Amino acid sequence: MTLLDVKGLTKRFGGLTAVDRIDFDIDEGCMYSIIGPNGSGKTTFFNSLTGIYKPEEGEVHFNGHSLIGLRPDQVTSLNVARTFQNIRLFGSMTVLENIIVGMHHHLAQNTFTALLRTKTFKDEEEASRRRAVELMSFVGLRGVGDELAQNLPYGGQRRVEIARALASKPKLLLLDEPTAGMNPQETVDAIALFRRIRDELGITIILIEHDMKVVMQISERISVMDYGKKIAEGLPAEIRADSRVIEAYLGRGAAAEMNH
Amino acid sequence: MTENKKNPLASLFDAAKAWLTRGKTPYIFILCYLVVAAVWVYLSPRAVPAFLMLLSSAFFLYFMPTKNIFKLVVGLILALVIMPVIGVRNIFYLEVIFQISVFSALALGLNIVVGFAGLLNLGYVAFYAVGAYLWAFFGSQQLYLLNEIPGTAPPNTPFFLPASSFYLFLFLGMGVAALVGFLLGLPVLRVRGDYLAIVTLGFGEVIRVLANNLDKPLNLTNGPQGITPIQRPPLPAGLLVALRNIMTPLVGRSVTDNEFYNLFFYILALMVIVVVIVVVNRLDDSKIGRAWMAVREDELAAAAMGVPVVKTKLLAFAIGASFAGVMGVLFAASRTFVSPESFNFMQSIGVLSMVILGGLGSIPGVIVGAAVVVVLNLQVLQGLSLWLSALRQSDAVIPIINFAWKNLSNQLDPAKYQRLLFGVILILMMIYRQTGLIPAERRKRAAEITEIENDIENNNGNGHPAETSPAGEV
Repeated sequence: MTLLDVKGLTKRFGGLTAVDRIDFDIDEGCMYSIIGPNGSGKTTFFNSLTGIYKPEEGEVHFNGHSLIGLRPDQVTSLNVARTFQNIRLFGSMTVLENIIVGMHHHLAQNTFTALLRTKTFKDEEEASRRRAVELMSFVGLRGVGDELAQNLPYGGQRRVEIARALASKPKLLLLDEPTAGMNPQETVDAIALFRRIRDELGITIILIEHDMKVVMQISERISVMDYGKKIAEGLPAEIRADSRVIEAYLGRGAAAEMNH
Repeated sequence: MTENKKNPLASLFDAAKAWLTRGKTPYIFILCYLVVAAVWVYLSPRAVPAFLMLLSSAFFLYFMPTKNIFKLVVGLILALVIMPVIGVRNIFYLEVIFQISVFSALALGLNIVVGFAGLLNLGYVAFYAVGAYLWAFFGSQQLYLLNEIPGTAPPNTPFFLPASSFYLFLFLGMGVAALVGFLLGLPVLRVRGDYLAIVTLGFGEVIRVLANNLDKPLNLTNGPQGITPIQRPPLPAGLLVALRNIMTPLVGRSVTDNEFYNLFFYILALMVIVVVIVVVNRLDDSKIGRAWMAVREDELAAAAMGVPVVKTKLLAFAIGASFAGVMGVLFAASRTFVSPESFNFMQSIGVLSMVILGGLGSIPGVIVGAAVVVVLNLQVLQGLSLWLSALRQSDAVIPIINFAWKNLSNQLDPAKYQRLLFGVILILMMIYRQTGLIPAERRKRAAEITEIENDIENNNGNGHPAETSPAGEV
């Protein structure tokens, strides 16, 4: 079943077409990767999906809803969550609070119940803290709930960001270079975590990734972007063998050499 | 840093701190300190150090480890018994504590906007003006003077509303200021950072200039002359008599109605502060407060996590404005006079510097910030000025350079350097202590977190959040 259906999505910045008439068709429960050289429009594509950029043309349907013209928080409330290429945590809030912010649109409390401290408010707060700790343990964090997010080591911050995204109960999770800057062991752990998110929580994942080893290990389908266009799509083995992909990554000359 | 690298002064300080926070010592220390300070001020009402000692006792009371009930009782005695008695003995002190409480309330309100939501508002005092002019207009004769030239009120003009409607206007002022904040916020909060600061700065000036010029075609604000007299709420006569009977022997002379009014407004301001603190504390520890902080830390990430950014900012703006509004009504009634001059840009900067000095987002910090700035303004700078002018009138000379004090220019009067001082405070704080005198702290929940973690571990294998699966609910 198609979960995310993108048709002819285009995003321009002045004269530059960062995303050029892109089509995507992503099945529910899929582990999907988007690769491409720097500046090929992958992150712009994510930003156009999640309402951070307003695309000029095209349609995006997610789970029966159109995402075009929605604000980022509205997109999130339709159960699409994301992480960022450069970690964007709320640095001077605690890890626990960071994760609870992710539950924002699920919390029924409002200004008045918060001021009056009603029983439903207290119960909801307690339940949200409990769920936040559960999410922390799911991503492998322990005993850091009270730490300020900015004081965590890099790998820990990545985990918090994923837990925060999971807190919004997504059906689709967009991960923007989640293993960038990780050492080999951290990368192995991260891959295991992504698999568990998909298998245990049933969340569809779209991954932007640079590390080919990661991509080939984990993905079920791969798309390749170059200069804003989708130049190839297929199974990992097909992508590995695709000459256009090699060309995009290594340049025409190198690709020709490899064929010799 | 290892222990032996500490300098002797620091270790002495640590030792003193350890001794002071052990067992019953803090209780004894606070009570002794308070009694000494109170007696000293009582016996020599003009001694500034004595008064500063008394003010600082509130600081010790807050920070030393004592039971909450002790803090509450001693705090109430300090605020509701000692301060009023001392304030009436030396009416200048009453002005100081009144200003501290007014500016604390304002700074706490601004702290919601700047400290929590991270929206730099340089025109905060405009909301204060809205509240003040609201009561000034309806609580005076102004409504019957719409067609008169400013300053030519015919004799026996009646007041438009009875004085007791002041209490209603406390709430109306709150609501109207919140509404103005909301309306201003609608277009303004779509801009970020520096732009927001510039727009709010402009807005602050617009309100002041409006107040200055709305004396024609219809005389709404009486122009630069300001509106006066503004009514004060009636105080119940029975209560006055009872209070006078209690206060007279304590103060040593009969207390005038005017002094009672000053006390009344001081206590009213304290009540507003209590309300602000409760509201801020409760909102801070809820979805609203977390959303404010998330927007402050990273607007884009907050939006991506489902926080409606504009709505969240609007709420902060409106709540912050509402507290300024209620203080404005209180200010107008306490002074019985408002004029555009009370709401100039320097007032906004003054309140902002209190927030920054005390600590952005920190409630005790902001109150300390307000107290420090007010005391600097009203006591330290003016005290220095008096001292200098006394020197100037004497024949004293500065030794070594042989400079006669009487030749010292009037321009060097410290009281004229209030603005310079704000500037220096802001610069120094930004360089050496960005987080303020008493930095904000996040709530810690170590015990609860550990308990849940253990709980999860005991349920072994069920480590993943069961209800997270969205498939289950859709």
